[in-house]
Amino acid sequence: MGDLVTGLQIAVDQEACCGSGLCALTAPEVFDQRDEDGVVVALATEPAEADYDAVRAAAAACPASAIHLTE
Amino acid sequence: MTITNDTPNYPFDKPAPLAPPAEWAELRGKCRVARVRMPSGDEVSLISRNDDVRDVLGDGRFVRNLIAPDAARLAAVEDGGFFNRQPPLNVNIAYGEGHRRWRRLLNGSFTMKKMAVWPPRIQQIADELIDDMIAKGSPADLMAEFALPLTIAVICALLGAPTEDKDKFAQWSRIIMTMTRYTQAEEDQANREFTEYVSALVEQKRAHPADDLLSELLQISDTQDGRLSNAELVATGRALLFAGHETTSIMIGKMTAQLVSEREHYEAVIADPDLIPGTVEEVLRMDTNSGVGIPRYVTEDAEVGGCPVSKGSTLLMQVSSANRDESRFPDPDRFDPRRPNGGQHLAFGAGPHYCLGQPLARMELQVALGTMTRKLPNLRLRDGADALTMRTGSLLEGFEDVWVTW
Repeated sequence: MGDLVTGLQIAVDQEACCGSGLCALTAPEVFDQRDEDGVVVALATEPAEADYDAVRAAAAACPASAIHLTE
Repeated sequence: MTITNDTPNYPFDKPAPLAPPAEWAELRGKCRVARVRMPSGDEVSLISRNDDVRDVLGDGRFVRNLIAPDAARLAAVEDGGFFNRQPPLNVNIAYGEGHRRWRRLLNGSFTMKKMAVWPPRIQQIADELIDDMIAKGSPADLMAEFALPLTIAVICALLGAPTEDKDKFAQWSRIIMTMTRYTQAEEDQANREFTEYVSALVEQKRAHPADDLLSELLQISDTQDGRLSNAELVATGRALLFAGHETTSIMIGKMTAQLVSEREHYEAVIADPDLIPGTVEEVLRMDTNSGVGIPRYVTEDAEVGGCPVSKGSTLLMQVSSANRDESRFPDPDRFDPRRPNGGQHLAFGAGPHYCLGQPLARMELQVALGTMTRKLPNLRLRDGADALTMRTGSLLEGFEDVWVTW
């Protein structure tokens, strides 16, 4: 706490996730699916800047609104 | 329910097979929750703004099954048809915790990684079908020669069902999705036969397991660890077999009609196959025949877009209209395969019930379009777009046949 957060932060809601996999398709560097139930896994909570556009697109594409971004 | 003369009848008439009814834009503009009357005589509240549809589909107070006695009947059969029926075998995999458990189990078989093996298989089936169609000669009914056999072959291969029975699947699906066309007795019989067929198929898999999804699920069911009962397995087989071919095959027909009748979109794909995914998304977004809509039953008094909706009422999401909502898609009536957010349409729904089979459906549509543009660059509608015959009286919309020349 108290650190100045300047980058993009990802929080995924695994309860809300419907397992569409669109995030893993849109931003494969940052999102994956659990093999057993297809639920989203964020490979990084603070993605590299190069992936920002893909991460934003993945969050917007999520049909269950399960990807939350803060910056 | 009160029936007044000023409640509009729904579905609305279309000015032409591929054109949106004028009522859609009108209702999006002025009425977030609009009362309309179904062919059954019951009234529903039509929701057509994109954000409202998204909110409703993601909200657990609005449930998928219209099995409560006061839910509106969508179809003009006594039991209200597909969305109103009690689930087959009385299983609870359709909503709440039961759906969640079922969905998590099934999702594992539809991950992007699991789906990655399918494009070459789908391509092989598509190539064979198109080559056969070309060999028989122009003209041809694209639905009968390509769209239906392709989607049935894919779902049968995935599940491990025999493709010889494809005419039966097609006929059962058609009857089960009736809105006004078939009687209650015909619907009951189709449901009974379909359940018996899948039950027999499951027994056959139990005796002779193979490398397919049904065998895989059967193994899980037989462990009796509570994840999937035998009745749920049969209901699942039914749901996949049915959902797996009907919607996608009619979408291939609609996609083809839409693209070749506005020819520049078809030719753009021929010139640049990288446009295939964006073109498929835009076709899904702009589809004017996406069906009656996605219904939800209201379990407690609530609000949608600031308007009250009362407990016991039925909402109907007008997905095609929501996909032309200018607040999400600027210049919504313009076809643009490069639209940055084209994939955010609601053709596959949203929320916990988002279409399970969408990765497969998207692949099938992409392969179908790629194969047609490569092998049939001169593809045209034989009779023109305005002569396309709608399949009427069904909860799903599409064309009876799509006669093409090349």
